[in-house]
Amino acid sequence: MPEALLEVRALDAFYGDFQALFGVSLTITAGEVVAVVGANGAGKSTLLNAIAGLMAARPDAVLFDGQPIGGKPAYAIVTRGIALVPEGRRLFPSLSVEENLAVGGQLGRAGPWSLARVYDLFPALSERRHIASTALSGGQQQMAAIGRALMANPKLLLCDEISLGLAPIVVRDIYSRMPAIVAEGTSMIIVEQDIMQALGAAQHVYCLQEGRVALQGTTATVTREAISAAYFGV
Amino acid sequence: MDWLNTIVQGVLIGGLYAMFAAGLSLIFGVMRLVNIAHGDLIVLAAYLALVTIETLGVGPIASLTIVVPLMALIGYALQRVLLNHTLGDDLLPPLLVTFGLSVIIQNGLLEVFTADSRRLSAGAIEVATWPIANGLAVGVLPLIQFTAAVVVIGLLQMLFYRTALGRAFRATSDDPRVAQLMGLNNHHVFALAMALSLAVIAIAGVLLAIRTNFDPAIGPARLIFGFEAVIIGGLGNLWGTLAGGIILGVAQAIGAKLDPGWQLLAGHIAFLAVLAFRPEGLFPRIR
Amino acid sequence: MSVPAFRVAYGGASHRASAALLAIAILALAAAPLWADRQTLRLLSEIFAYMALASLWNLLAGYAGLVSVGQHAYVGLGAYMLFALTIFAGLHPLLAIPLSALAGALVAIPVAALVFRLRGHYFAIGTWVIAEVFRLVAAQLAALGGGSGTSLPAAIVTSIAETRQAREFAIYWTALILAVGIVGLIVLLLRSRYGLALTAIRDNELAARSNGVSVIRVKFIVYVVTAFGTAAVGALIFLQKLRISPDAAFSVNDWTAFVIFITVIGGIGRVEGPIIGTLVFFLLRQTLADLGSLYLMMLGAVAIVVMLKAPKGLWGLVVARFGWQVFPLQRHVTLGDEPSGAESIDPPHLPPIGSRH
Repeated sequence: MPEALLEVRALDAFYGDFQALFGVSLTITAGEVVAVVGANGAGKSTLLNAIAGLMAARPDAVLFDGQPIGGKPAYAIVTRGIALVPEGRRLFPSLSVEENLAVGGQLGRAGPWSLARVYDLFPALSERRHIASTALSGGQQQMAAIGRALMANPKLLLCDEISLGLAPIVVRDIYSRMPAIVAEGTSMIIVEQDIMQALGAAQHVYCLQEGRVALQGTTATVTREAISAAYFGV
Repeated sequence: MDWLNTIVQGVLIGGLYAMFAAGLSLIFGVMRLVNIAHGDLIVLAAYLALVTIETLGVGPIASLTIVVPLMALIGYALQRVLLNHTLGDDLLPPLLVTFGLSVIIQNGLLEVFTADSRRLSAGAIEVATWPIANGLAVGVLPLIQFTAAVVVIGLLQMLFYRTALGRAFRATSDDPRVAQLMGLNNHHVFALAMALSLAVIAIAGVLLAIRTNFDPAIGPARLIFGFEAVIIGGLGNLWGTLAGGIILGVAQAIGAKLDPGWQLLAGHIAFLAVLAFRPEGLFPRIR
Repeated sequence: MSVPAFRVAYGGASHRASAALLAIAILALAAAPLWADRQTLRLLSEIFAYMALASLWNLLAGYAGLVSVGQHAYVGLGAYMLFALTIFAGLHPLLAIPLSALAGALVAIPVAALVFRLRGHYFAIGTWVIAEVFRLVAAQLAALGGGSGTSLPAAIVTSIAETRQAREFAIYWTALILAVGIVGLIVLLLRSRYGLALTAIRDNELAARSNGVSVIRVKFIVYVVTAFGTAAVGALIFLQKLRISPDAAFSVNDWTAFVIFITVIGGIGRVEGPIIGTLVFFLLRQTLADLGSLYLMMLGAVAIVVMLKAPKGLWGLVVARFGWQVFPLQRHVTLGDEPSGAESIDPPHLPPIGSRH
């Protein structure tokens, strides 16, 4: 059994008094793509935020490369090799496309991803590199957000609802580049409400329902009915 | 020609005002904080220079090599230890804490140095003039101060728009949460911004102290001049702030020429006029 | 489906107790000329003045979210108006106080039009600039002594009352009436519809606006009303001092720094806060005043610590611990037409979420 790159162990997460995650556990090995699906409010973004260091967590609730990182601040977690593509893109409005990418890479971590490589992956960005990031279309913004995260040369890329608000054809286009990302050795956790694309890209799937893992399995063997049941909690 | 002299003097002191303003708007741009103690920190820099000069026997310009890094260090510590804890949605804490700071600095300086008026002497440069045309002579010192202001603002612009640090400032200002995802530690970034602001303040303070008499109580007036320069010039634009400072300086100079008691009032009226008729400022940065 | 009938009631058992205590206190203070000596009367007048100023600043900053560091503009304005009205218009000094207040309110209208164009921190400094302008203008008024100021002519002083003792009693009672009146008016304001709007603005301005509260109108009214009160207090303070000068009348330290520190330490956003703060302030002053600027530094440091560690001030700590309220401002909604049978329990006081102008 290959060693886990990331291990989430019985993670609880709270917003003030409100508990959003109840003992969630998840494993991902190097080179893998894992999909996390669930309805609105199921806790998917919370899970990614907790892994990325934007939320408090018990130190041993999140293990990366065998090291406990739970509760460490986000800027420290990026240095270890986890990058988050946040929900809603969240590009920096005052910065141009290239500046957004450059900020992503400002840690200077070694790896295959550089400005040139990102432009290779997303040619549309190359044409617009000096334009204000707010002037891009939704799909281009999403590409820029992914590129920005890649610039940190992460071992693990967390993608929070990249299909949100995008037309199906644009979503398909973006997902078509995922294999190239994985080929460079980056593992991914993809969080989606739209199940089809996520399942197509991933080897393993977890379904969250009201803060708990309702289903987990390999995408090859899990059935539509099982996922529907877990998704909606019927 | 007399009037031309007046206007030129106003322009030159406007550079100094623009430097007061640059530190202020830098902080506001990066972390939405207005430092009420800003003016008092300018005065603090002047006193630090005084102590440096008296202990080491160097000239005012040389004292900058000590005062600037020292003030930058103070700024970093101040932000990290105190002001970072006031940031957030609520406007009251940073305002009241910096207000308290202002009172503490003023009275602290009063205790240590008394209310006596001081001045840093720079030797012959203070009264040297540079004749440009018939009857028009420009003071060398004011010219140096104005040039310094232009250089400082130019460097700040370059820093903000051409360097990685500037990118970090702008990104953290846009979205502090997501900036963390880029590996930027907000506490550290904000503290660096404050250190930079205080470095600029240090230069402005020393130049001010060579030019005029200073005492612990003159801080608030400098804050107000800087603030007026920012508003007249327009938010978000450092060159606009330079223009704002110049306009303020010229207004004050004209007022002073009409009647010495009207100098400050003329400046305030210019500010209020801009506020009344063009509240976004004369050269606001359009996003 | 019809809306069930409901009643809005203010206060409860603890309020009746504190109301009684308040009434006793006010009576005792009103009788002060009988039991207090001259110095004590002066001190009490000063306390009343600061209590009023702090309560007004609290209304402005704590409720309406308008953090002004320039209210000393209206203190000086009220003071100068009093001197001008008595010296040039021959008005009786006590009558000149409400008229000075009115002048303050009238001036506040165009000032608000200007200053409201600034937001947040910049608004604060803008108010300071206004105060500076007032001070500079006052220094230009040769008729009132220009930069060095002037004293109130003896004839006007004696017109207040024949004997010095009667004058001091008159000024003392005026100060008491002013303080009680201002705090009382603030409580009434907060109990009214405007008060509900203000508390909503204090807690969450955006939500208030989307609930139909005309935020800008409420803020404007509060600004003008505060200017009115502040000018009245300013007029009284300098009537007592008998001498005016631009630096004294428009002193940032005396009329803004102290007021702000009092309110912050006592507790912003609660009516009781400024009152507690004033008492603490004067207690400290009586014991520590000899220290001069060290005293000011200490005040500043205490204000900073309070702001960071206990942002709701001393009264905020009391409320959090015991849930007391002196003034009946909490609204309870009871369903049905009949008043609830049992003694109503005061609901826990919820902390405001607070976002400001």
